Amino acid sequence: MEALINHLESLSKEEIKRYSRHVIMPEVGIEGQRRLKAASVLLIGTGGLGSPLALYLAAAGIGRIGLVDYDVVDETNLQRQVIHGQSSVGKPKLDSAAERMRDINPYLQIDKYNVPLTSENALELFAPYAVIIDGTDNFPTRYLVNDACVKLGKPNVYGSIFRFEGQLSVFYAKEGPCYRCMFPEPPPPGLVPSCAEGGVLGILPGTIGTLQATEALKLILGIGEPMIGKMLLYDALEMSFTTIKVRKNPACPVCGVPAEEVQLIDYEQFCGVPAHDRSTFHAETSNGSQPMKTVTVRELKARLDAGEKPLILDVREPHEWQISALEGTLRIPKGDIQMAKNAVLAGRKLHEETVLAQIPQDAEIIVHCRSGVRSADVIRMLQEVGYQGTHLSNLSGGILAWAREIDPAMATY
Amino acid sequence: MASIKIPTPLRAFTGNQATVTVSGGTVGEALSDLVATYPELRPHLFAEDKLRTFVNVFLGEEDVRFLDGLDTPIAADANLRIIPSIAGG
Repeated sequence: MEALINHLESLSKEEIKRYSRHVIMPEVGIEGQRRLKAASVLLIGTGGLGSPLALYLAAAGIGRIGLVDYDVVDETNLQRQVIHGQSSVGKPKLDSAAERMRDINPYLQIDKYNVPLTSENALELFAPYAVIIDGTDNFPTRYLVNDACVKLGKPNVYGSIFRFEGQLSVFYAKEGPCYRCMFPEPPPPGLVPSCAEGGVLGILPGTIGTLQATEALKLILGIGEPMIGKMLLYDALEMSFTTIKVRKNPACPVCGVPAEEVQLIDYEQFCGVPAHDRSTFHAETSNGSQPMKTVTVRELKARLDAGEKPLILDVREPHEWQISALEGTLRIPKGDIQMAKNAVLAGRKLHEETVLAQIPQDAEIIVHCRSGVRSADVIRMLQEVGYQGTHLSNLSGGILAWAREIDPAMATY
Repeated sequence: MASIKIPTPLRAFTGNQATVTVSGGTVGEALSDLVATYPELRPHLFAEDKLRTFVNVFLGEEDVRFLDGLDTPIAADANLRIIPSIAGG
């Protein structure tokens, strides 16, 4: 493929020295390094994938790097988000990342966008950049990044991780398939847990993020074989790298129509989940009309203090109960409830049904998990097997909110 | 026997088995054998008798949607895999 960047920026004597290990390779050379300096890359997210991306792209001499993130650094980030450090906890991720990048390489323009990416701002944010890199952590934003890239004709360097598995591809509708050709529709809410729920090996985003950075450089320089029309599947436990083909779907609703007809939609509605924790999106219940009841931790505390004893169902995993738990809760992991629900819907009488027998049909139940996502899934599942939505409430913000607002001594994770 | 690689999000339904050996002469028969062994997996893969749209099944490096779908014949030692949608970052 031809180099994405044809404009060349001049390099100072200091820059030539800095990039000497690049410029002595004929595949890069002075010309390639000048292309890198002339290049512009937008990183969506400065978290697990964004950390190695930002570090290596800065070190490599990409002349203009945009960062989109609205989050602040939290202790739970530091196990994998290596651009941030202990001293940055509580600071905006953008400031923490930009400071580190400037220390690595002062010859860069760093643009900071302290906003959630939305259908309203995506086209404007993407417009000045030659390459978009998807380092987000949720389905709505991934579909949004894809569709905006297709509409603007820009390559989307895609990386995604879960537990010990990673995926890498370059979705570039001008040259090949897009994300929707491979994943036309998102999985139903709750099937695929987020890293916050399911966990992730801290090193995994390092592996996949550096591969994304490699693909971005290859596109800019026009060297090697880009991962267009292919997807790399990485399994850290097997230590296997497998490449599969991604075909362009001629009937793709996004890259199969003229770019100007592509419309950015409500991706939270499309995926049935919020894109970020400042979202006002609330998932509809399974019947699609009745909003899910919620209870705040303060309301729950007030009721418990008043002597009420509502049934509280904790749907986290046993290893999470060991970290912290509310007293007197009924504890059944979400997966067990899901198995039982599937058994009931399949019309089988399995021992899993005894799981549901522990959950009364006629009493008020407050369901909670870590942050409120899994508990919302469980409420949907219980409604599918006949529980009344009016009896079920989701504890907003889960045990994290409880620790933050009610019991600051409680361990969080 | 053909094998099917199960992605992490679905291993909860295969007793944590990462790879399951199955019998059958087509992709559809292999998947039917899989869900017969692990019935809790069925609703995640099939809506009635059709593969759900977010489920990607690959035979070697090819997406079966671009072969003959569930009717795609498979060799006795075929390697199938279910590719998950994952979104972590």
